[in-house]
Amino acid sequence: MPASELHVEAERIPGAVPAVHAVIEPGALRELCEQTRTRGARLVALWGSDETRRGAGFALHVALALPRGLLWLSVPLAHEHPRYPGIADLFPAANRMQRAAYDLVGIHPDGNPDHRKWLRHGAWPGGVFPLRKDFDPARRFAPAGDGYPFVKVEGEGVHEIPVGPVHAGTIEPGHFRFSIVGEEILRLEQRLGYKHKGIEKRFEALTLAEGARLAGRVSGDSTVAFAWAYAQAVEGAAGTAPPPRAAALRGCLLELERIANHLGDLGYLGNDVALSFGFFQFWRLKEDLLRLNGELFGHRYLMDTIVPGGVARDLGGDAAAKIVTALDRLEPEVQRLRAIYDEHAGVQDRFMTTGQVAPELAARMGLTGLAGRASGIRHDLRVDHPVAPYDTLQVRIAAADGGDVAARAAVRFDELFESARLLRLLLAHLPGGPITVPVAVPPARRLGVGWVEGWRGDVLVALDTAEGGRIHRLHPHDPSWQNWPLLERAVLGNIVPDFPLINKSFNLSYSGSDV
Amino acid sequence: MYQLLKQVVKTGLVSEAPPAPDEALREIADRLGETVLKHLGRALAIRHVDAGSCNGCELEIHAANSPYYNLERLGIKFVASPRHADLLLVTGPVSRNMEEALRRTYDATPEPKLVVAIGDCGCTGGIFGESYASCGRVANVIPVDVAVPGCPPTPIAIMQGILTAITARAGG
Repeated sequence: MPASELHVEAERIPGAVPAVHAVIEPGALRELCEQTRTRGARLVALWGSDETRRGAGFALHVALALPRGLLWLSVPLAHEHPRYPGIADLFPAANRMQRAAYDLVGIHPDGNPDHRKWLRHGAWPGGVFPLRKDFDPARRFAPAGDGYPFVKVEGEGVHEIPVGPVHAGTIEPGHFRFSIVGEEILRLEQRLGYKHKGIEKRFEALTLAEGARLAGRVSGDSTVAFAWAYAQAVEGAAGTAPPPRAAALRGCLLELERIANHLGDLGYLGNDVALSFGFFQFWRLKEDLLRLNGELFGHRYLMDTIVPGGVARDLGGDAAAKIVTALDRLEPEVQRLRAIYDEHAGVQDRFMTTGQVAPELAARMGLTGLAGRASGIRHDLRVDHPVAPYDTLQVRIAAADGGDVAARAAVRFDELFESARLLRLLLAHLPGGPITVPVAVPPARRLGVGWVEGWRGDVLVALDTAEGGRIHRLHPHDPSWQNWPLLERAVLGNIVPDFPLINKSFNLSYSGSDV
Repeated sequence: MYQLLKQVVKTGLVSEAPPAPDEALREIADRLGETVLKHLGRALAIRHVDAGSCNGCELEIHAANSPYYNLERLGIKFVASPRHADLLLVTGPVSRNMEEALRRTYDATPEPKLVVAIGDCGCTGGIFGESYASCGRVANVIPVDVAVPGCPPTPIAIMQGILTAITARAGG
């Protein structure tokens, strides 16, 4: 196991995902992070938990992606003044996660210069921590102002454009503070957290069975990825493995979700460079697919189709043939549209070199998922750590080094065709048998991990069970956490009117990272 | 350019017939007079506000603008500012962090104005409910004329909700 190379005592976490868990002292955290970083580790997630009802204090949790799997580190912290050495200098993506962990659990990172709040606006006062066990979820606070010290850029001709939280289009809410000279962007600072709706606290009021529905609504556009990751975590904790047919169908669902989202994004990328033709064409193709989803699985976005123990709907009769027929129609159309985009001077002029993230910056900042692959970060869980059904499919990774809007569009095209290839393979060899198995109620203090390559990037669900099939702590993590800070960098030197295009080329989730 | 035009001609018109209004979706009866609605119905400007959704409802609002549904052909278009809007289309349970922004958007929308709440969360608070972080349904924060259930509601249901809001109550 990876952890043995690192000289820490680690235990295998049961389940489909190759993952180990280690408990370390706060004093050992930074050294371990430095050690793993030099071996190519990426920060996947960071969160806090309240262990006071278990006779302990608080805890910090860090999930790292190592070449051989996931390492979940738990760091016990004191009951009074819980503090730990911050790791945002080692893994820059940790900055916002550490601030969120403070807002929700009240654990404090030392040596971290940025102590501003993140998820807390005016809805609850400082010094009150909603994810502490003694916090009453029904508690209400009088709304207070949300003072937030944005970094000021000064100089001749510099001015600010504040945008949001309510945006001009049909987009999720967030605030963007641009500092500009003329049309050129000197600095962008994001303020997110507007959609924080207490998802993690809500999980703690649900049973493991009920939680599946909520997991599928952390970020609606990634409902399959989150539902699958949740199911993996619960199944691991319960010692259950889904039947082969369910695993194959889960793969089909994830690839259908990837194709639908890529079609939608490719349409909007055309729309944002004034080629409305692209929007109408791709959204026609997307709608065809959504209708097929609705017909075959009972839901256009496949919500609630993956459940702990398997899947809720089987593909019967000629359903597989219908999907293949749909792919037969879809692929040549997308080929044609790709050729039109590639040869359209206006599209290429706007796509090329716009919103660039160089591979070195991407690696240093921890860019992940689709956007990472467009900046030369060749990671894809379906390739790196394939679980069933991907373990027999030899997924081909799609990647580019340009790091611009053009590269992020190209990766989407390539992945779309690869998903179609995977779907054909899966549907041609669908195993027989049941689609679901009963899931035992796991005892308390069992850990479970779900880790799934959603269309946007790797989605993590980390679970720690409570008595009676309930949840002690569940952390759902969307890859947008890692990628939002890179959007701040990608826009530098670009002009303000290109921001919507650059933003769309990342298409990050607000809901998924505001939780 | 030839390939592009060929694709346009080959695709043809794919828009389908719009749905009829549905009285069952109406929360408040006849807030606006028939004359006002007649004028709004011919050129309706919508401001979408995501007040805390999971983003599922947004996917279907986008889809309602896709060529199959083609909302714009009915004289209904989305605008960039509440000051240009006749109707607010609100999704999500209203997160407490969005409560003030939603109120201010509502106040910035000129009278006469309509509000359509979209999705189970907009109608009831949905799976997120009410909590330290969520105000629950949209009607807990601003007055709602029509509420469209669904998780998420289909583009047809969303169109039906909008059309219900701008249609005077039958026989009323």
